[in-house]
Amino acid sequence: MTNMSGKFSRALLYSILIVFAVYYMLPLYVMVVNSVKELDEIRQGAMLSLPQKFTIEPWLSAWSTAQIGVDPTGLKPYFINSILMVVPAVFLSTMLGAVNGYVLTKWQFPGHRIVFGLLLLSCFIPFQIVLIPMARILGTLGIAGTTSGLVFVHMIYGIGFTTLFFRNYYDAFPTELVRAATIDGAGFFRIFYRILLPSSGPIIVVTVIWQFTNVWNDFLFGASFADADSQPVTVALNNLVSSSTGVKEYNVHFAGAILAALPTLVVYIVSGRYFVRGLMAGAVKG
Amino acid sequence: MAFLEINQLHKSYGPVDVLKGINIAIEEGGFLVLVGPSGCGKSTLLNTIAGLEDITSGAIKIDGSVVNDLHPSKRDIAMVFQSYALYPSMNVRDNIAFGLEMRGASKEERADAVAGVADMLQIGHLLDRRPGQLSGGQRQRVAMGRALVRDPKLFLFDEPLSNLDAKLRVDMRTEIKRLHQKLSATIVYVTHDQIEAMTLATQIAVLKDGVLQQVGSPDEVYNTPANLFVADFMGSPTMNLIPAKLEKNDAGVHVELSRESGSIILPVREKAGALDKLIGKNIVFGIRPEDVTDAEGQDAAATDVAQAECHVEVVEPTGADKYVVTHLGGKELIARMRAGFGVNPGDKMPFNFNMGKAHFFDPASEMRVA
Ligand SMILES: Nc1ncnc2c1ncn2[C@@H]1O[C@H](COP(=O)(O)OP(=O)(O)OP(=O)(O)O)[C@@H](O)[C@H]1O
Ligand SMILES: [Mg+2]
Repeated sequence: MTNMSGKFSRALLYSILIVFAVYYMLPLYVMVVNSVKELDEIRQGAMLSLPQKFTIEPWLSAWSTAQIGVDPTGLKPYFINSILMVVPAVFLSTMLGAVNGYVLTKWQFPGHRIVFGLLLLSCFIPFQIVLIPMARILGTLGIAGTTSGLVFVHMIYGIGFTTLFFRNYYDAFPTELVRAATIDGAGFFRIFYRILLPSSGPIIVVTVIWQFTNVWNDFLFGASFADADSQPVTVALNNLVSSSTGVKEYNVHFAGAILAALPTLVVYIVSGRYFVRGLMAGAVKG
Repeated sequence: MAFLEINQLHKSYGPVDVLKGINIAIEEGGFLVLVGPSGCGKSTLLNTIAGLEDITSGAIKIDGSVVNDLHPSKRDIAMVFQSYALYPSMNVRDNIAFGLEMRGASKEERADAVAGVADMLQIGHLLDRRPGQLSGGQRQRVAMGRALVRDPKLFLFDEPLSNLDAKLRVDMRTEIKRLHQKLSATIVYVTHDQIEAMTLATQIAVLKDGVLQQVGSPDEVYNTPANLFVADFMGSPTMNLIPAKLEKNDAGVHVELSRESGSIILPVREKAGALDKLIGKNIVFGIRPEDVTDAEGQDAAATDVAQAECHVEVVEPTGADKYVVTHLGGKELIARMRAGFGVNPGDKMPFNFNMGKAHFFDPASEMRVA
């Protein structure tokens, strides 16, 4: 390839990439810009222009005073609900996935392939199918309408994926290490948390991001299984937007949407690099 | 009484028999080397001794007691793996001390033990590094340290040197031999490398397809191989194994080797007595390259030498020797001649066969006759 055409195709490539980047960033831009405008300014039409008068009022309103359903509480209590749900759900499903992956690769039992196949299958079951049976189970367990119930649902639903991630990762983990530790006198759990877990950084990051995003962004389970006082922020956001108290406060809605999306954004920005690396590590083998 | 005793050991994975009735015994302080081609079951045998694999039937005794159902950690063994299997997230110190820690040794005991081993293996300056920050040879030492620190009854080594380069392998081989002499430990050692087997072993066990072919001292295995497989497997370059005919006439017993232009006759004297049964039959005639020489290079102690004119086809100087290749009985025959010996491809020259060191095999049973 000559230098000229090399430069040309590179320029073309970058132009296309930039066009796409703009295309994808535009909605975010619109949201951010309009969330710091006053409502009047938005009504005048110019969605794309920068704010003439900067205000943080919509954010404060979305956070703590906006009307959600019947109460003027803002998103804050629901945001807390989401955190109370997402932290244990992600932790438990990640740990269970890790233990499953460990057993399925290093302590194989007759039929381990079938068990893994079934777990894998569970990844492909659409949410809607399990709604009614799950409601019954939650009722039987006495955790219907609570945050614990949501944690339980998300944990169960996550196990398929987290097991897949960890199984593929541990499949490439040298079995000789497990054997060496066995001879050294370490038992099942000791081998797991002294030998495997300390080497599992990348795949833990992948799993946590994956689970965090899924659980945080879930709407269906939250809308189906939560009571008013355990609703996650996604459901609350919907209520905020659809609350009919006369005027549509677009700036507050934009701010609320950004607030609700903020945690996943932060998780990606902080650990996105590991995410890609971990996905690659899992992808090489398995 | 033997220190490690293996009786009628069978191991199968489902329908696949991997070990088919192994019997081995070794004395305390012995160094048993398991050799055999890839896939013959060496690692499996070692893993059953370690308890990492269950056995199908038979018995394994260590120091007088049957350990068949004992957990690996209770057998008082230590194992060095081919990949070294160092725990990647721990530094060298913790790697070495891990086994002691699992056994509940106190911090001081562990520190003392690690210091002693580090001293012996000269890895004191590496104690705070992670395995990823070590060279191959250093990892190997750490792996040995991890085995040594527990002072077990029995050491198991699975191809511990196969990941090292040639030079380092020779150094570590010497070091292992020195350690063995110093500790008078009992060792079972798996290798592909027959030089390692010859230099380290007090006993060599040759395995093929899960069946033991021969167990004996390096000297026995090398000089009186039990069958064609062992004869072919041990030694480098390998033993010349040539289809031949054994005949007897007024002059006595002789081997007849065919070649393109007629055949050559090699009289047998010393070993003639043992060969009665094979007279007039086809045999496989075996002779090691070092027992076929030029006239002056011949072993001074040889008492039964036969000479025959042979056609030189290829000459391969190695520096120390010259390997000279000719054709006999439809096969290549390699002779080892002195480096300074002037010989060229195309020459016709007398080869001296040290018939006292020749081997005779029955082609049907493949067993050694004499
Ligand atoms: N888990 C298993 N299931 C089925 N067959 C197995 C299993 N492990 C080993 N084998 C078979 O047992 C045989 C012996 O394997 P083993 O690892 O002991 O060979 P080896 O002599 O150590 O070979 P190498 O020199 O290549 O290390 C091989 O044919 C292998 O395919
Ligand atoms: Mg092996």
